[in-house]
Amino acid sequence: MSEWWSYRPEDFLMFSLRVYERLFVLHNQALWPAQLLALALGAAALVALLWPRPARLRGVLVLLAAGWACVAWAFLWQRYAPINWGIRYLVPPFALQALGLLALGLWRGAPVLASRRRARHLPGLALVAYAVLLHPLTALLHGRGLAGAEVVGLTPDPLAIATLGVATLLRPARLGWALLALPALWCLVSAATLYLLDSPAAWPPLLAVTVAVAARLWPRR
Amino acid sequence: MFPQPRPLSRRSLLGGLLALAAGATLPPFAARGAADGILTRMVPATSETLPLVGLGSWITFNVGDDPVLLEECTAVMEAFFAGGGRMIDSSPMYGSSQATIGHGLAELDAAEQVYAADKIWTSSPAEGPAQAAASRRDWGLPRFDLLQVHNLVAWEENLETLQAMKAAGEVRHVGITTSHGRRHDAIERIMREANIDFVQLTYNIVDREAEARLLPLARERGIGVIANRPFQQKRLIRRLEGEPLPDWAAEIGAGNWAQFILKFIISHPDVSCAIPATTRVEHVRENLAAAREPLPDAELRRRMADYVRNL
Repeated sequence: MSEWWSYRPEDFLMFSLRVYERLFVLHNQALWPAQLLALALGAAALVALLWPRPARLRGVLVLLAAGWACVAWAFLWQRYAPINWGIRYLVPPFALQALGLLALGLWRGAPVLASRRRARHLPGLALVAYAVLLHPLTALLHGRGLAGAEVVGLTPDPLAIATLGVATLLRPARLGWALLALPALWCLVSAATLYLLDSPAAWPPLLAVTVAVAARLWPRR
Repeated sequence: MFPQPRPLSRRSLLGGLLALAAGATLPPFAARGAADGILTRMVPATSETLPLVGLGSWITFNVGDDPVLLEECTAVMEAFFAGGGRMIDSSPMYGSSQATIGHGLAELDAAEQVYAADKIWTSSPAEGPAQAAASRRDWGLPRFDLLQVHNLVAWEENLETLQAMKAAGEVRHVGITTSHGRRHDAIERIMREANIDFVQLTYNIVDREAEARLLPLARERGIGVIANRPFQQKRLIRRLEGEPLPDWAAEIGAGNWAQFILKFIISHPDVSCAIPATTRVEHVRENLAAAREPLPDAELRRRMADYVRNL
């Protein structure tokens, strides 16, 4: 394909908002009642981050790894790729993110929290809390009903936002940035897709990236 | 696909002879009324007569395996065939659209009614035949009526593949496509030099670049023209829907902007077929109704274009 400059961004959209939103309805129907387990594990991860210990932190990383693997296979490959052929190219990076998180979670030497002061953790914790507790409810705002809710660990946006939150909490910084890269990329792709579909749901992933990058750049003592 | 022949009665034989006699008096590019009132036009390169309105599948039929949406698409196809439509166009690039069409054809048992138009879309020409075979499986058909090189991707090699398939009887007609007015110089060269049956390009009441060279060339070479993006993917309709239709729209049987635009497109004597896409049964019926008499003449077409330009 030549003359890329003559294409508008919406020329690359190959499905409608209704079809995209129905993906979540069908996904939830297929996985029910896994949503309850995913929400319970998400809440447990949030509690672990509020009262962190090294073992708990490793447990959170393993949970995130499971989420990335699950989303890569069950959502991206099986559900999303049939309507968007470009998505298949994101499945290997999702699998790599899962492996990276798993390796980190099983490695006893690292990571540790970036700061001892809880106030420094607020942006990261807020992102995780949003991803687990509030993001599923945004389906109500968009008229989808809870049948179309996006649940952390089972769908990509809340999983990426939660991972962004955790990535802002960790030290060393290089590790935090490495964990942040793919979720940030996903959030930008998702925000662009939703924006082109004329959906107000475009804003949360975009804001999450902004918050995560700002929190990561904020000087720590 | 070819429709099954019906038993011949004396009445239908006489009717057919009369229609033949009347048709012989028409120029080859004139639109003709089919029995169900849908106007058709013959494509000289193929001797194929096609209804002037077909059905596109970009975005609208890309619904994955959603059972609710698959049934909605099947209902659209049912209304399309019931209204006299034949050509459905798709591409391997359109996500699950081909499988959706296949689902609809199987549900409706409509393999004999459809004029199946699809594309080759690969920059690795060696993959072309396998891609065409996969597309055919998705549609559930033994062969395509038309295969086109999508957006001129590796067009020389892919067109060679299609020509070989045509020679082997694996596809009836071949063509090339472009959209958004892109690469018209290359399209013109292919139309002059290659042996193709169809060209697909963007043509509507505001995108009229094809009128200058490509449409006259299509007439000269006997190549069928499929007009894509008739509504600029809804953008044109959205732009016009707040504006009043002119009083004289009734003279050409246009009851809304979609019909106004479609009538403009298909009344061009060198256009074989326009392929609007839709997810709604009422829209497919409206679109097909645009392919009924009356169609605007050259003077009215000028007036239509001027009216839209001045809005």
